[in-house]
Amino acid sequence: MAGSGLWFSLLLAAVLAGRAAALWPWPQYIQTSESHYAIFPHNFQFQYHVSSAAQPGCSVLDEAFQRYRDILFSSHSWQPPEPTRKQHAPEKNSLTILVVIPGCNQLPSLESVENYTLTINDDHCFLLSETVWGALRGLETFSQLVWRSPEGTFFINKTEIEDFPRFPHRGLLLDTSRHYLPLTSILDTLDVMAYNKLNVFHWHLVDDSSFPYDSFTFPEITRKGSYNPATHIYTAQDVKEVIEYARLRGIRVLAEFDTPGHTQSWGPGVPGLLTPCYSGSHPSGTFGPVNPILNSTYEFMSTFFLEVSSVFPDFYLHLGGDEVDFTCWKSNPDIQAFMKKQGFGNDFKQLESFYIQTLLNIVSAYGKGYVVWQEVFDNNVKVRPDTVIQVWREETPVHYMKEMELITKAGFRALLSAPWYLNHITYGPDWSEIYMVDPLEFKGSPQQKALVIGGEACMWGEYVDSTNLAPRLWPRGGAVAERLWSNELVTSLDFAFKRLTRFRCELLRRGVQAQPLNVGYCEQEFEQT
Amino acid sequence: MEQRGLGLPALLALLAALAPRSFAAPGPTLWPMPLSVKLSPRLLVVSRENFSFSYDPSSTAGPSCSLLQEAFRRYHDYIFDLKTSQLGPPKRNSAVELKQLLISVVLESECDLYPNITSDESYTLAVAGPVAFLKANRVWGVLRGLETFSQLIYQDSYGTFTINEANIIDSPRFPHRGILIDTARHFLPIKSILKTLDAMAFNKFNVLHWHIVDDQSFPYQSVAFPELSNKGSYSLSHVYTPNDVRAVIEYARLRGIRVLPEFDSPGHTQSWGKGQKNLLTPCYNGPEQSGTFGPINPILNSTYCFLAQFFKEVGTVFPDHFVHLGGDEVDFTCWESNPEVLDFMKRKGFGRDFQRLESFYIQKLLYIVSTINKGAIVWQEVFDDHVKLKPGTVVQVWKQEMYPEKQAQVTAAGFPMILSAPWYLDWISYGQDWRKFYKVDPLDFDGSQEQKELVIGGEACLWGEFVDATNLTPRLWPRASAIGERLWSPKNIKDLEDAYNRLTVHRCRMTRRGIAAEPLFTGYCEY
Repeated sequence: MAGSGLWFSLLLAAVLAGRAAALWPWPQYIQTSESHYAIFPHNFQFQYHVSSAAQPGCSVLDEAFQRYRDILFSSHSWQPPEPTRKQHAPEKNSLTILVVIPGCNQLPSLESVENYTLTINDDHCFLLSETVWGALRGLETFSQLVWRSPEGTFFINKTEIEDFPRFPHRGLLLDTSRHYLPLTSILDTLDVMAYNKLNVFHWHLVDDSSFPYDSFTFPEITRKGSYNPATHIYTAQDVKEVIEYARLRGIRVLAEFDTPGHTQSWGPGVPGLLTPCYSGSHPSGTFGPVNPILNSTYEFMSTFFLEVSSVFPDFYLHLGGDEVDFTCWKSNPDIQAFMKKQGFGNDFKQLESFYIQTLLNIVSAYGKGYVVWQEVFDNNVKVRPDTVIQVWREETPVHYMKEMELITKAGFRALLSAPWYLNHITYGPDWSEIYMVDPLEFKGSPQQKALVIGGEACMWGEYVDSTNLAPRLWPRGGAVAERLWSNELVTSLDFAFKRLTRFRCELLRRGVQAQPLNVGYCEQEFEQT
Repeated sequence: MEQRGLGLPALLALLAALAPRSFAAPGPTLWPMPLSVKLSPRLLVVSRENFSFSYDPSSTAGPSCSLLQEAFRRYHDYIFDLKTSQLGPPKRNSAVELKQLLISVVLESECDLYPNITSDESYTLAVAGPVAFLKANRVWGVLRGLETFSQLIYQDSYGTFTINEANIIDSPRFPHRGILIDTARHFLPIKSILKTLDAMAFNKFNVLHWHIVDDQSFPYQSVAFPELSNKGSYSLSHVYTPNDVRAVIEYARLRGIRVLPEFDSPGHTQSWGKGQKNLLTPCYNGPEQSGTFGPINPILNSTYCFLAQFFKEVGTVFPDHFVHLGGDEVDFTCWESNPEVLDFMKRKGFGRDFQRLESFYIQKLLYIVSTINKGAIVWQEVFDDHVKLKPGTVVQVWKQEMYPEKQAQVTAAGFPMILSAPWYLDWISYGQDWRKFYKVDPLDFDGSQEQKELVIGGEACLWGEFVDATNLTPRLWPRASAIGERLWSPKNIKDLEDAYNRLTVHRCRMTRRGIAAEPLFTGYCEY
């Protein structure tokens, strides 16, 4: 990466160039100038380079071309070039794409390469990338570079961009259990994720409140555990649609089925799965976490996760493991007897470990990797060395940066979410606090830092449904997106504010209900339908 | 990974909210709660095909009253155009059917007038088969009663539209129940304003306080001074034309809502300066003008000529008796820097007391407004700064700190007042802040009976620094609904859990009617 001296000169050039200052997230390397080229929608096309590994018929790119064409030109009335008025700027009539490595039909993965270079000069209008995923990122950047004169002509400045993400895992968590989110809300969110170069949709599908995932092996869970089994569920078709829609935008779908806590909604449909709580010597009629002492529990989990493993193709599954409340386990005499037999004493963390380890064995036997919440690490559960630990607690047991240090010191890969709970709202421009967090700001060796694979913005659903999701997410989620994509030196709040303000207007133009950062206006305001 | 730091109460709330799957049988859900409700267990069925609104022969208003005709059509849609259709034949074939709601307006209907602060909104509703009666002195009461009637009808588990026999007597606790929107910090498209008026009617609000201009922009298109918006608006597409304003006023009138315009001065006027030369005070940096401007220049005759002409226009464009004149947050620094202002102060014998200069300005403005026969509402600073006010001037209390003391002072001085201090909805925080808004009682201050009677109501304020059309609706609703009930319902309606249960259903009703009201907590809407 460029040294900081060079960096600042580039930054300055960009600010002077003005037009490029609409880019979000900021690319790794950019050189741009005031000289520009005209683009005429009816003449313009995206085309494959003859030696590109991807050619017409590549679904990911064919569809992206269509999408970006619409984004660039559809909401405008096209201005035909006036033959009478001489155009001073030379014209660009195509963007040529060259993808080096073949592969249009696979899914993006943690290892996917997203690098691209974009060259717009007198000789070229050219997008080069190793993979189709890099081409998608480059197309987004291209779409942000095109601007429009007051007379209605489209232009793009002479620009050279070399870009790649700082972290490979740049996620957004949506919670469809506390409130059901209609499929359109999810798909719309995937669109905006792509505009922000986010690449992981962490789908917190089920929780205590409801079980909207329509399981085909255990239909009773959904029938009894969803808010409404006719309307508030995700069918197999819905899930397929989400996965494909995400794939076409270079986004992975990381499914979370959180256990052994956060499982109240599983109970009604799977008798015997949850631990019966006791009041004195009698069952109280309420239930606690998944019952870890029964063989039937693990038989159920084997079958259930076999289904989940085949429905969700990503290598990783999120297994949850957070906030296990021991009160109910403590109250249950059968559990107490089991603890004694196993020699766990009164240490319920050992019982939790016992459960999680058995579950991890089940899931790894299906050839899956897993992500877990930090408690699994905090409670010393023995996990496979390639487990990914997600840090979500801000202060306990230690500050989240200390936790990052401990996890990476133990050799595990880490994901940061603690400072990025977007459901927590306050008055004013809180995006700047979100923006100023650096995931590597902890004491640790370069090897430790290399274990941080990224982070996730989390939008928990207690107070969020489709009525307020979009304005609460955007553009605040954009602050996390730039932090995870751009160079660590891109930290100027003024520069970010200017660009994010323009980017949010661009989001409005694209039909996204992104809320304002501060007073002001956009040429095209959001219109209620 | 969610409930951290929220402690036991939040966990209990969570457990309570796990209940929705075991909802009690459906029933009517009223918001805001009427003065007196007697529900009988006897059920009537209602059907889209057979039901109609009509007029009792005794009614002073009839089919020529378009305000009511339009309301009938609206409420027919709200009641029957549910996304869930009837799932099967009515369960109780023997049940009596409610076929008609007969409306009777007793006194002169006021059908073609504008609502005002003294408008009578009371009504009585008697529901029995096959005909129900809605009686009110004026059309305004009919509008409130129609909303209540629509809230009484629900679909039973077979999808049949059902209503209990009922007797309701209702009238508002306070006559001024407002929502403030701010179209200067961010422009709000007309559609957003109209949607807000819809939602206001669902919550029986009756005043749209339109903070139309401020430092940041001047979207009001003035006929007499077109340069104000030509130069002072964000862009030429970010303006409210005379037609737009008329549309808002009429849409509001049809819902029994007053439009109270605010043209805030002498502070908060940066945007006025762009289109009106010499209106603002030039600030000085030592002996030189700094090129920046302060509040309106109070020492020039031209200022008052302009204001007289401008407010004359405002007075005719906005039919309401009241104009809000602002008067808040006047920064004296610029006045202090200006030698001509200092000269003027000396001549007038104001010494260094800039509050007296402010008073001088406001008094002249109040006089101008009284010459056009309008009443004035001002923010509390005008009272705090000892401006001599005409009796009857309404003071709006907005500062959080010790606001009950302020209420006591304002009313002790004999001025009518409006409360807003605890109801700034632009201040957001995590969780259920509606409870905080709901618990406030506007009469919880030390004062005599006469003082309490001077509290004419309150307003929920949604200032626009961080709000535009993208997030206005979910930020307003259902949080403002809490204030809606506080200002309408009797003082003793304050049980939080009952309110939670009703408001949860009411917010689902609002979303069904096209208002993107955000959730109170975990759960779902059945539609």
